[in-house]
Amino acid sequence: MNKLIVSPSPHVHGKDNTRRLMGDVIIALLPAVLVSIYFFGLSAIHLVAVSVVACVAIEYLIQKLFFKGKSTIGDLSAIVTGVLLALNLPVCSPWWLILIGAVVAIGIAKMTFGGLGQNLFNPALVARVVLLVSFPILMTGSAFHAPESGYLFGNAPEVVDATSGATPLALVKEQLAKGVAMDEIMKDPNLSYSQMLFARMGGSAGELSAIALLLGFIYLLVRRVIKPYISLSILITVFVFSGLLYLGNPAKFVDPVFNLLTGGLLLGAFFMATDYVTSPMTTKGQIIFGVGIGVITVLIRTFGAYPEGVSFAILIMNSTVPLLNKIQPKRFAKEAQKK
Amino acid sequence: MRTFKMGGVHPADKKISKDAAIEKLPIPKTVYISMGQHLGAPAEPCVAPGDKVKVGQLIANATGFVSAPVHSSVSGTVKSIEMVKDLAGKPGKAVVIDVEGDEWVDTIDRSETVVKEITLDKKQIVERIKECGVVGLGGATFPTNVKLSPPPTATPTCVIINGAECEPYLTSDYRVMIEKPDQLLIGGTILMKALGVDKCYIGIEENKPEAIKLLTEKAKEYPGVEVVKLKKKYPQGGEKQLIDAVIGKKVPSMGLPVDTGAVVQNVGTAFAVYEAVQKNKPLFEGIMTVTGDCSKEQRNFVHRVGTPLSFIMEHCGGVPEDAAKIISGGPMMGKAIVNIDAPTLKGTSSILYLTEAQTKRKPESNCIRCGKCVGACPMGLEPYLLNKLGRNNMFDELEAHKVYDCIECGCCSFSCPAYIPLLDTIRQSKAAVMKIMKSRPKK
Repeated sequence: MNKLIVSPSPHVHGKDNTRRLMGDVIIALLPAVLVSIYFFGLSAIHLVAVSVVACVAIEYLIQKLFFKGKSTIGDLSAIVTGVLLALNLPVCSPWWLILIGAVVAIGIAKMTFGGLGQNLFNPALVARVVLLVSFPILMTGSAFHAPESGYLFGNAPEVVDATSGATPLALVKEQLAKGVAMDEIMKDPNLSYSQMLFARMGGSAGELSAIALLLGFIYLLVRRVIKPYISLSILITVFVFSGLLYLGNPAKFVDPVFNLLTGGLLLGAFFMATDYVTSPMTTKGQIIFGVGIGVITVLIRTFGAYPEGVSFAILIMNSTVPLLNKIQPKRFAKEAQKK
Repeated sequence: MRTFKMGGVHPADKKISKDAAIEKLPIPKTVYISMGQHLGAPAEPCVAPGDKVKVGQLIANATGFVSAPVHSSVSGTVKSIEMVKDLAGKPGKAVVIDVEGDEWVDTIDRSETVVKEITLDKKQIVERIKECGVVGLGGATFPTNVKLSPPPTATPTCVIINGAECEPYLTSDYRVMIEKPDQLLIGGTILMKALGVDKCYIGIEENKPEAIKLLTEKAKEYPGVEVVKLKKKYPQGGEKQLIDAVIGKKVPSMGLPVDTGAVVQNVGTAFAVYEAVQKNKPLFEGIMTVTGDCSKEQRNFVHRVGTPLSFIMEHCGGVPEDAAKIISGGPMMGKAIVNIDAPTLKGTSSILYLTEAQTKRKPESNCIRCGKCVGACPMGLEPYLLNKLGRNNMFDELEAHKVYDCIECGCCSFSCPAYIPLLDTIRQSKAAVMKIMKSRPKK
């Protein structure tokens, strides 16, 4: 006679599991990684590899040495953090910079809180911001433009020599500070939209191509990994808010499309703000979260000291998530009337 | 196409047994007829050991308003009245009858003729349904006559017949719709008359196109009856979800379904109502499915109430080698069988075999706060939060977050990527909170 399992309903489970969801996020990030590898060759491979290996190794070690628990790297979340961290760093980052990033991301931002699901802030973004304020020159001073043609097997020094320079947003901010009018600034060939859409945007590894990021986002939606509310509310808010500023004074403010395509906005809106752990549960909460990120991003970009504000905006809104989770979903029905 | 608006999941359909016509299951040598066939107070036996009984003879009386009488499903001699273990292994009082022949009481019309004309009036119909021990066959086995006697504060406006059969695997309702369409439609007409309403909807999910086509065609002969095609989504057959899907009204929290004007009856119940009212046949048979991917046979049966489940299993080639879990009911809300010798009840709808790969629970990991449970909950609750509150016995907070609204459909556990058994905790918390709420003095 068979030994029968007895447990309460439901007796079957859906296809989703943590590993599959994380795997889908990794797949969705591949187009952006591939674009980066296409233009920067070995140095991009170096960046992603060091970041992923470091993140996974640190999670494994902390789990074994401090928690003395079962290894959790099988859920693939450390790999997601590793790839995201890589995409948030300049392509030619030295190995020790990446390693510090990984220690901050996994060690401090994730495992200190108890591991996957427990952290308040997005690990990769915490690392990016720590590096940004600790090593400002390496992180922003010489961001790298993609060379004219792909450097599939090119190496870092050549690229640096060829095309180092400011990111589009930094360039605009710098020129504005000098008193140059906006339409003059926009004549710079490095700021054309076709460059940003495909792959010629200056910036971190993951900010090269808007289309590659969009492909990944669509994949996540099709696979029902995420819902579109957070990303769309960020993009719409940035577009509307910066559009209003632009309409008010086109000589002083960049146009809204430029704001949408530049910096880490798409990477942030599609992949960082939508991180399950650090975003709200309900649709209402997610929309408020997205609008908040959009508003803070534009404020920092336009009036703040830094040219880019997405990372700060997401981290600031991360801190509101416990509060936003107090917003209850719409219940099925109202309470019955007492008779 | 209509459906309910909030939450829901899409488990694989698996209607493997849908083409198996309903057969008569052989009668076993001994039946064990439980007194707790229904929700509410168990019935009290009115026969004694040694008594001769016929098929359809009353053997136990209802013992309260929410209770139902029980009739013998076989002819023979009452052997004993004893405690018999149900499928969960819980003992309950049952009348044990040794079968001799198959002699029916002569008040039952055993002919195959479909009786269309309804001669009883409103009051007589409800009385007949009560006498015949008809209970809801959609899962809860709530006495049907009680549902047909709404409180004076509510005004019924329509009957909804639940043909959603949204649970994977189950096909007994589908077979009734295909094989007994006229009886079903007359059953619906009787229910309208009993409630004094002139509208009856039959909600059927889109994965049963043959049933939708056949009943839509036949319904033309039955004034007031309308077939409503529903999108395939679980738990469409939940009473609250079905009312929302069909007439777009929401049953209030802690309210009665009839507050929306709708009275929902399952397909099997409507058929039992037809047999009780038109054929004077008490409810002592049920229609059930024997199925599962690993099941040796795929069949639909009419069984006599009280037949041991093990007898049915043997009749269908025995328990498959790789069956790891046997379920009575569907895979989402059914009960795992502990005692395979337990007898069938009026509401027994299936024997479902699942393999270890299909059903074994995987180890729970950290909640990743993906919100999938919140999105899947058809009641708009926050399962992840209820689970956390429940594990800490925070009853006030559980009540404030409406744990009592949970319909125990299992969508949260089904969708959780971290394999957290959310419903296990929520079900226990709900019971505890309901107990606390009931213990409060009424204002």
